[in-house]
Amino acid sequence: MENQFFVDSETLSEKALEKKHRLENDPSVRADFTKYMEGMEVIESDVCDNVMSHMESYDYSKYTALDVEAALRHENCTIEDFKALLSPAAEPFLEQMAQKARLETAKHFGNTVYLFTPLYIANYCENYCVYCGFNCYNQIKRMKLSIEQIEHEMKVIADSGMEEILILTGESRAQSDVHYIGEACKLARKYFRMVGLEVYPVNTEEYKYLHKCGADYVTVFQETYDKTKYETLHLLGHKRVWRYRFDTQERALRGGMRGVAFSALLGLSDFRKDALASALHVYFLQRKFPQAEMSLSCPRLRPIINNDKISPLDVHEKQLCQILCAYRIFLPYVGITVSTRESAEFRNGIVKIAATKVSAGVSTGIGDHESKYTGKQEGECGDEQFEINDTRSLEKMYGDITGEGLQPVLNDYLYV
Amino acid sequence: MENDKLVIAGHEFNSRFILGSGKYSMKLIEAAVKDAGAEMITLSVRRANTKEHENILDYIPKNVTLLPNTSGARNADEAVRIARLARELGCGNFVKIEIMRDTKYLLPDNSETIKATETLAKEGFAVLPYMYPDLNAARDLVSAGAAAVMPLASPIGSNKGLATKDFIQILIDEIDLPIIVDAGIGRPSQACEAMEMGCAAVMANTALATAGDLPLMAAAFKQAIEAGRKAYLARPGRVLTRGGSSSDPLTGFLRD
Repeated sequence: MENQFFVDSETLSEKALEKKHRLENDPSVRADFTKYMEGMEVIESDVCDNVMSHMESYDYSKYTALDVEAALRHENCTIEDFKALLSPAAEPFLEQMAQKARLETAKHFGNTVYLFTPLYIANYCENYCVYCGFNCYNQIKRMKLSIEQIEHEMKVIADSGMEEILILTGESRAQSDVHYIGEACKLARKYFRMVGLEVYPVNTEEYKYLHKCGADYVTVFQETYDKTKYETLHLLGHKRVWRYRFDTQERALRGGMRGVAFSALLGLSDFRKDALASALHVYFLQRKFPQAEMSLSCPRLRPIINNDKISPLDVHEKQLCQILCAYRIFLPYVGITVSTRESAEFRNGIVKIAATKVSAGVSTGIGDHESKYTGKQEGECGDEQFEINDTRSLEKMYGDITGEGLQPVLNDYLYV
Repeated sequence: MENDKLVIAGHEFNSRFILGSGKYSMKLIEAAVKDAGAEMITLSVRRANTKEHENILDYIPKNVTLLPNTSGARNADEAVRIARLARELGCGNFVKIEIMRDTKYLLPDNSETIKATETLAKEGFAVLPYMYPDLNAARDLVSAGAAAVMPLASPIGSNKGLATKDFIQILIDEIDLPIIVDAGIGRPSQACEAMEMGCAAVMANTALATAGDLPLMAAAFKQAIEAGRKAYLARPGRVLTRGGSSSDPLTGFLRD
């Protein structure tokens, strides 16, 4: 099978290599991705059925310029309108969409742009997700920060002026258990005003615990809502269970988190369908949890260590912009985050249209903030999840945003 | 007109324009104070919860009364905690209660707002609750010890004007506290209309923040609010009043 993802590491044992190849080539040896694994909580929810029925019946080729024009005229964007705005028929209307999106953004967010930075505290991972730099078969330098190292990293980041942090790990319960993540959250509360989490999905009770430790936002990317495709990309580990991942945001909200973030990794499957499903995931969950804050990201595939061929395929900047404008018009009240996977030029442009949150001073490696921020080399570091594109520091980002006539905001949050 | 002061919890204000807190910038605060004459500025406590760069607290002139709000609160308990924090931060005794259980329209939750008002009024705060214009809820707010009542004109940030006009009028007619229209005012003409109806003051933010020329729009709001207030005090003539009346007295035939 032709695949841009499969790369064999020279250091893998023969046995490991054999297992890897079997997982890649023989679907029958993979775990049943529809079956919950031990310890995974099952919740009753109709959100998934609602999202999937729309996605499965979405035929974007049937929409015409007339549908797009009607969608742009409507004061309230319906699901049908949104489907038209995501269709190829809307591509010639990109400028009009951007104009409308900008208006909606201004109504809800004014001219503000929120800044945050991610902090990877461990890159151990038990999953084999073929496109990810952290995947368990990828030969990279693995590392897990000690509590002291985490605090040191946080100090370095806090000294740069950052007030919001997003704590990330690879997906390994064995290496980075919930207690370890909780301890990181408690530390983060000391140094930052807002603490978000992007770690492996956990159960409601565990979200309750992490919330008590100081985290208030949970981000989990579904990667792709296309189950058939999902199964062929997530070959090993708990992440194979598509549905458990889908219900993560709902479990987090039930656990008392203030907000949740969603995303598909664009380029894995049909990006229009994935964009539709991501937004409807927000839409239907918002109806159930009207008090929750929600946000969407829109990452595209990036090259990883040992595989520089990975690319977002047919999702060019134009398509990405179309998706972001459609998100904004359909869901004017949600936050939209654009990461350093995109270029400085794209991010400068998109914050004027639809994005409300951007990262700065980013490293996707482990324990390397000091060397990246100050140039001072110190100790061991763990390898990165993917190559970033926009390397601007907080200071530079702050200045650039101000220069665009927008207002950078470091915090607009209280833990209550 | 000279003695026409806005009085809230014993404090006198000459200006009937209050700057809301949604979208801040230093230019906005400057325009609101200089050009719109604002003497009261809402301050989102969560937004003031910042370490450096541009802390909004540092930019608010000393002669301006701070009206910290509890945005971000989802229930009465959270609002009470935020209000107490505001007092600790040195924001004074005024507090605007904002409780939202809805992130889409940001509509206030009246019942939780009543609970928070009661608690905070007892603690000595001058409480200005943001509410959906409902007469029963407004009466409960009065009983709970509110210092003013702040009904919304239309969803916050929508610039849609007085969508709830008839219900705000009922509050003006029935509630013996200043009625301050909060949220939804998009144009000076809408602010003028609210004042003409008898509102005590108008709060706006997005309308100014998103204007092409901030100082000019701020000045327009100032004049509109003053014009509306004058019209209200002048007692509109018959064509302007609600209901209208005929020019010849209908009861002119009565003889003894």
